[in-house]
Amino acid sequence: MTSSTLKRTPLFETHRQAGAKLVAFGGWEMPVQYGDGIRAEHLAVRNAAGVFDVSHMGEVEVRGADAESFLQRVYSNDVSKMAIGGAQYSLICDEQGGVLDDVFCYRLEPGRFLTVTNASNHDADIAWMRAHAGGLDVEIADAQDAYAMLAVQGPLAREIVQAEADHPLPARMQAAARVIHGRRALVCGTGYSGEDGVELLVEPEDAPALWDEIVRRGAAPCGLAARDTLRLEACFHLYGNDLSADRGPIEAGLGWACAEDTGFIGSDAVRAARSGGTSERLVPFMLIGPGIARQGNPVVGGGVVTSGTLSPSLDIGIGMAYLPTARAVEGERFEIDVRGRIRPAVVARRPLYRHPPEETDD
Amino acid sequence: MTDANYPAELLYHPDHDWARLDGDSAIFGITWFAQSELGEVVFFDPPEVGTSVKANEFYAEVESVKAVSDVVAPLSGEIVEVNTALADNPEAINDDPYGAGWMVKVKLSDVGEADALLDHETYSNSLT
Repeated sequence: MTSSTLKRTPLFETHRQAGAKLVAFGGWEMPVQYGDGIRAEHLAVRNAAGVFDVSHMGEVEVRGADAESFLQRVYSNDVSKMAIGGAQYSLICDEQGGVLDDVFCYRLEPGRFLTVTNASNHDADIAWMRAHAGGLDVEIADAQDAYAMLAVQGPLAREIVQAEADHPLPARMQAAARVIHGRRALVCGTGYSGEDGVELLVEPEDAPALWDEIVRRGAAPCGLAARDTLRLEACFHLYGNDLSADRGPIEAGLGWACAEDTGFIGSDAVRAARSGGTSERLVPFMLIGPGIARQGNPVVGGGVVTSGTLSPSLDIGIGMAYLPTARAVEGERFEIDVRGRIRPAVVARRPLYRHPPEETDD
Repeated sequence: MTDANYPAELLYHPDHDWARLDGDSAIFGITWFAQSELGEVVFFDPPEVGTSVKANEFYAEVESVKAVSDVVAPLSGEIVEVNTALADNPEAINDDPYGAGWMVKVKLSDVGEADALLDHETYSNSLT
């Protein structure tokens, strides 16, 4: 894909002027890192705060009298449990229980939901939703162009955003309309870093001023590379790596996001996998010794690495891999074929990195 | 990180490697451009002393946070020394690609192969 066909977020010029390295990602030209590098960005989020442009993520607004029953059909989680202002993680599955996307849904009104999709799946998600809306009073609106999205993450993230907010920020897994730095924003207590923080959905033209203000207040501009190392330390799935249409939610360890009793599309397959087991399971792992396993590296004796990197927090190779179920237990040692070099690894507990407890000596 | 630079005393391979000739041996490393494209180097997997390397073929791997890259030998020969300091300090490849970031020392099997390498001007002009 040439750069002329890539989409750009409202913050593209901001990134370019800041010296970001820009790469193609999911059809978008996105900052992969800024001048101080991935490790500095990663540690800024772990120790203070960072801000990410995630405007490439898609948005879908679903509204109408049957909005809830429609989403029960296409989302794996029990949408009826979401209160007004609530947030929920769900999968979109096909009839065979394969994962088509993983999404975050926010309930804005009784019959109005906003869903954040993965950039590379966004168009297919909307087509899938429209194809399965038959007989229901529901409107499915592509809201991608209506929003820019900033993720402010890290132990100081809320403080930074709160300083510019008209009211207290919503709690974790809650969403609320606020005015931030004079701009209307949907503030969501969610993120993808394993740290506290918020995600801000704003009008595209408001994004640059908001970004500048958040950076001025101390958040480090962060690119997609640090977003990936952070999410992997936290063991959050990445669609296209750890999730695909060839894998189901149960083997991916996402049974907690599936409510088969709602009868969602794919629920029969998920129920069968939950009761009958799956041949493989996704596990987090750490390498024992040097080296870095990468996506696609085979596991000796069966299985495959779906995500791998060097952990900037732990300074060892980490990742996630599908292992034969009998071996997918914490403490199990296994070997990864890293480009012909056999590297020992051990199944670890999730998350691979957890924010240390607050010190209480103040 | 330093600014782009391509010392005149080195020879360059188009796959972004350099060789510092010294009689019938040479030191190899990767260029400023290569380390800049990689980003922060976090791991260098050296070959073993005594291994044969062949010009234009891979002899080592260098990893950034994002990706792994093969390192191409600019010349043929036998590895007589590896930069073991890179095990603990791989970021030297970023900070000082022509100095502390050197990778291997090779006893050359055919010094004449060096005629095929590029001088610093030809190499740096190829990057634009």
